[in-house]
Amino acid sequence: MLLIDCPWCGSRAETEFSYGGEAGIVRPADPDALSDAEWADYLFNRTNPRGAHRELWNHAQGCRRWFGVERDTVTYRIARSFTLPDAAGAADGGVERDFETGDPTDAEPGDRR
Amino acid sequence: MKRYSALSLVRNALDYNRSWQTAWRSPEPKKSYDAIIVGGGGHGLATAYYLARDHGIRNVAVLEKGWIGGGNTGRNTTIVRSNYLWTEAALLYEKSMQLWEGLSQELNFNVMFSQRGVYNLGHSLQDMRDIERRVNANRLNGIDAEVVSTADLKRAIPSLNTSPDARYPILGASLQRRAGVARHDAVAWGFARAADALGVDIIEQCEVTGIDVRGGKAVGVETTRGPIASDRIGVVVAGHASALARMADLRLPIESHPLQAFVSEPIRPVLDTVVMSGAVHGYISQSDKGELVIGAGIDAYNGYGQRGSFPVIEHTLQAIIELFPAFSRVRMLRLWGGIVDVCPDACPIVSKTPVDGLYFNCGWGTGGFKSTPGSGWVFARTMAHDEPHELNAPFSLERFTTGALIDEHGAAAVAH
Ligand SMILES: Cc1cc2nc3c(=O)[nH]c(=O)nc-3n(C[C@H](O)[C@H](O)[C@H](O)COP(=O)(O)OP(=O)(O)OC[C@H]3O[C@@H](n4cnc5c(N)ncnc54)[C@H](O)[C@@H]3O)c2cc1C
Ligand SMILES: [Zn+2]
Repeated sequence: MLLIDCPWCGSRAETEFSYGGEAGIVRPADPDALSDAEWADYLFNRTNPRGAHRELWNHAQGCRRWFGVERDTVTYRIARSFTLPDAAGAADGGVERDFETGDPTDAEPGDRR
Repeated sequence: MKRYSALSLVRNALDYNRSWQTAWRSPEPKKSYDAIIVGGGGHGLATAYYLARDHGIRNVAVLEKGWIGGGNTGRNTTIVRSNYLWTEAALLYEKSMQLWEGLSQELNFNVMFSQRGVYNLGHSLQDMRDIERRVNANRLNGIDAEVVSTADLKRAIPSLNTSPDARYPILGASLQRRAGVARHDAVAWGFARAADALGVDIIEQCEVTGIDVRGGKAVGVETTRGPIASDRIGVVVAGHASALARMADLRLPIESHPLQAFVSEPIRPVLDTVVMSGAVHGYISQSDKGELVIGAGIDAYNGYGQRGSFPVIEHTLQAIIELFPAFSRVRMLRLWGGIVDVCPDACPIVSKTPVDGLYFNCGWGTGGFKSTPGSGWVFARTMAHDEPHELNAPFSLERFTTGALIDEHGAAAVAH
């Protein structure tokens, strides 16, 4: 059973959450400007790494908010949770905070890969 | 290769079984091959066999990082059926079914293919409408399928809870009588032995760590046992497909997830068919040793650990107890996980790639054991002619760009 840290509710059992896949996939601002291959890459292709993975989780049976988790896909060890930038990538939502310390991390907002 | 027969059993018994031939050689890798298959699961071994048998390409190496059949081939619940909804999928899986029907004779190896029937249960009116639609679609494609009633189910499977008072009452099912199960290890060993007899080198403990691409053409692979050259490389590594694609700078529409299965302690014969339920989500059969073989869904998250999570175990057994309350007293013996390669449309990719001479066969996800012979057959043809057979042409990598997906998610009852 994974114990997942919701940035708002704390550490809870995996069964309270639903999984949202790879984090940091940004919807292209102007889809019409893309080639079919670029659009397909956005829609379907995934990094699917062996090792560190930044992924989305939703606290479906809690506060129902989305956030990010960095987890190793081989050991399943969770390194940390982080909040997501808001649409503008600004304000408080834009600051990544280490879940345990609450300190802003050095990751750039929006730089999710 | 010495053929197996009843007579050979007697002859070897007289000799206290001291002179059985090894089933396949363990050669040192050569410097180059006419074709390389990466991945010694059932699909890779079948590909090598059909390359040698049908296309005269016998200077072939199968490179396996562990031992053959140690991946999903040796970890699955062995359900074989061809009752898929969409024509493209139905025809591909049916090709495989036809190959299964003669496979033991063909390989001179008993793969214990047992056509004991597969029932896909319906628990709601919508389930039953979907079942009727799928059964009719199957029949139009020449695939045996029928709709059975709750009364039929009660007669055929006495231990199944067909009571109308069940929490999720069973309203009927689809039945494919030609479907069933096979012995997974024997499939890997049978294809390996038959391919080896045709000259294929099966090289275990040989991990591919790089793919050499020059001027848009594949020219060889780097391995833990040195570089090996070939201008025709087929990658068939199931859950590890994304990692191999990255070696050639390709990206795939695939995510790897753990899928687990378990077996119970062996008990007397109680279930002589296969029962699957997409709604309560579990499926079950009984092995010849008497173990109940049980499985269900994947873990939702990406994972490469060959183990699954506890909530899935609980969920799966809840489903099985819902269907077969009497099994609540049976103890579980073993559980394990495999890494399945899931595609967005729940259909495989058996395809050329943007790199010349590099071919990928992956994305079979939770349900590729049934297609082991058919997958090898079409992939061998694709690698030999540098173009797909009409059966696998729809399963190209380009379908994600053109949008011609083949949506078998949910359409074909439950996966596997
Ligand atoms: C628990 C479970 C239950 C399932 N139940 C069913 C079922 O009932 N019916 C059904 O039809 N399907 C089922 N499946 C799916 C089925 O098992 C797979 O789709 C199928 O076996 C895939 O075969 P394969 O030969 O492509 O892959 P595998 O058998 O996984 O073979 C791939 C091989 O590639 C090797 N490899 C990986 N990386 C490298 C590398 N870098 N170099 C060299 N070798 C490498 C691996 O070691 C492995 O042996 C199930 C799967 C699981 C996990
Ligand atoms: Zn929460």
